[in-house]
Amino acid sequence: MSFEEVKKTVTEIYERVKLESLEERDNLINILHAIQEHYGNYIPLEAAEVLKELTGKSLSEIYEVLTFYTMFSTRRRGKYIIRVCKSLPCHVTGGAAVIEALKNGLGIDYGQTTEDGLFTLEESSCLGLCGVSPVMLINDEAYGNLTPEKVFQIIEEIRERERSDVK
Amino acid sequence: MRKPITVLVSVDSNSVLLGARHFKNYLVDRLAYYNLTELVDVLETGSLGRYDRGVLFLVLPDNTLYGIKNTNDIDRFVEEQLLKGRPVKDLAVEEVKTPKSVEAKKVTEEERIVLKRAGKINPRNIEEYIALDGYQSLAKALKMRPEEIIAEIKESGLRGRGGAGFPTGLKWEFTMKVNAPEKFVICNADEGEPGTFKDRLIMEGDPHSVIEGMLIAGYAVGANKGYVYIRGEYYESVDNLRTAISQAYEYGLLGDNILGSGFSFDLTVRLGAGAYVCGEETALIESIEGKAGRPRLKPPYPPVKGLFQKPTVVNNVETFASVPAILLNGSNWFKSIGTPSSPGTKVFSLCGNLVRRGIVEAPMGTTVADLIYKYGGGIEGGKKLKMVQTGGAAGTFIKAEEISAPMDFDSFKTHGASLGSGVILAIDDSHCAVDVALNLMEFFAHESCGKCTPCREGTRLIVNMLKEFSKGRGSHEMLDNLYNVAYTMQNSAFCGLGQSVPVPLTSLLDRFRDEFEAHIDALECPSGVCKFEKKKKKTKR
Repeated sequence: MSFEEVKKTVTEIYERVKLESLEERDNLINILHAIQEHYGNYIPLEAAEVLKELTGKSLSEIYEVLTFYTMFSTRRRGKYIIRVCKSLPCHVTGGAAVIEALKNGLGIDYGQTTEDGLFTLEESSCLGLCGVSPVMLINDEAYGNLTPEKVFQIIEEIRERERSDVK
Repeated sequence: MRKPITVLVSVDSNSVLLGARHFKNYLVDRLAYYNLTELVDVLETGSLGRYDRGVLFLVLPDNTLYGIKNTNDIDRFVEEQLLKGRPVKDLAVEEVKTPKSVEAKKVTEEERIVLKRAGKINPRNIEEYIALDGYQSLAKALKMRPEEIIAEIKESGLRGRGGAGFPTGLKWEFTMKVNAPEKFVICNADEGEPGTFKDRLIMEGDPHSVIEGMLIAGYAVGANKGYVYIRGEYYESVDNLRTAISQAYEYGLLGDNILGSGFSFDLTVRLGAGAYVCGEETALIESIEGKAGRPRLKPPYPPVKGLFQKPTVVNNVETFASVPAILLNGSNWFKSIGTPSSPGTKVFSLCGNLVRRGIVEAPMGTTVADLIYKYGGGIEGGKKLKMVQTGGAAGTFIKAEEISAPMDFDSFKTHGASLGSGVILAIDDSHCAVDVALNLMEFFAHESCGKCTPCREGTRLIVNMLKEFSKGRGSHEMLDNLYNVAYTMQNSAFCGLGQSVPVPLTSLLDRFRDEFEAHIDALECPSGVCKFEKKKKKTKR
């Protein structure tokens, strides 16, 4: 991916998202969300360079925002980002066992990506689904009332789907 | 025209997890199969309040509620209830009645305020909102002078529902009185308090009530632009609110010259990106401005200098959603509900080891015991209640013996239970106080923004000490140190987040001191949760 390609893409996204803004300077985070969505789960560092030119902000200001928020990543993540809730309401309803199952089933720890590039595991604070805790979010889909068995099953289903897609 | 029978399917995010969308489609298919399509309407609606019985179907006009767990249930439901008109007894759910307030006997269950329409209307259809008094209050407000609106809100005694309980009318008055060409209204929908999911359900069940409250606030304080700052992870809330906003524009309820009044207001949604601290109002403002969400030094407060240094009103979702009803029914009506110093109702999120987890709106002053046993159905699995955390992650823990505490803004002073954002997190006796403290403090350590040393380092110190306890390596000195760090943070942290960390921690240390001591003296975890490492023999270096 060349710098020119990123520049073209990011500029297009920037112009599009800017149309939704009420004020000139209120849209950096929305733009970053849109860029991340475009590249699928991460923001290439070159995008920050382009945004520097477009917004007039310094590179350090943009890097600071990129690294401050947990939903953004400058590293390539897996096709499926699993955000599992660690907070107390999930913890007391069996969350610890669910997290163990995830780590075992995927063979990775928090912040890591599986070797096949499919899954990235991230810890998350409350997802606001405490009515059906323990909960996790896989990309934008939520799964509730989790048990270790259910976790293994969900992961296996996704793997199975991916395998048949490849064929 | 509505068809003779309506089936409302709760399609909030919690219900979707239980299969709501799938069940709805299946139901529609079955209706087509039986040629019932002309007779029965199937509509999506917001939360009907509970999740222990599966996805809830509300049948109108009978007003019967069914809990659906699988497609077999739907087959029986269609064949018995819809084809033969007989209730299916084992699927029926007895409704949880909103209680009558002790202070105001006349309050009935019809007087739900914030959740009045949630579960009764399709949140993605503005006409259903309008049909149930929607935007009536805005029309009324636009004929009043801003001072009159603020006087009414002040008189009602409405206090902020985000947790701090600051008087809403007073906040608005500060902003109104500042002379500035441009002002803003922000809805704080960055609900990140573990255990809280009330705002999500308001936005998913009745998004227009939030917009209407914001419009009234904008008119009252002289603002023409507004933002709803929603957590990035709340996909459904974002969706519903964006739909509602575009519908309001279509109907001329947002934009220029609203209802011919000369008042103009623009509204848009901004997404968070995963930072608990952005729930703090100045951090939230920084985030909208495109920066890392670190809090600002106060004063100046946002009503004077907020977004882009302009006067800004920041209120919680539930606060805005309360406003239309107050203006429509008057402050005296509002004051007749709840307690004298905390009028109105509160939306509570019931979670943890409860039989019925979900959401309930009850008058201020309802006791923790009622919330747990009457609405929450008691403790799951025949276990015993050990403790309740009230108010959210930064709220207090009370023991099972203390649950007669009423939930209102003053309860903390007299009963030690904090109202906060309305969380009731019940924890049964299979859990360990040290483990609970550790989990909670890891949350705060993870979410500390790092701006000030007391919070950045304090949360880390506390986590390290609690980890020692959970491995059987705690000491009495460490116990004292936990208090020391807690009090230092309380008195020197930069923002409300850091200052409130000690509240849950010391309430656990005070109330379950014997358990911490057992970890030190008896070298055991009384609940058997903590796994102690065996002491290693000292080896020569």
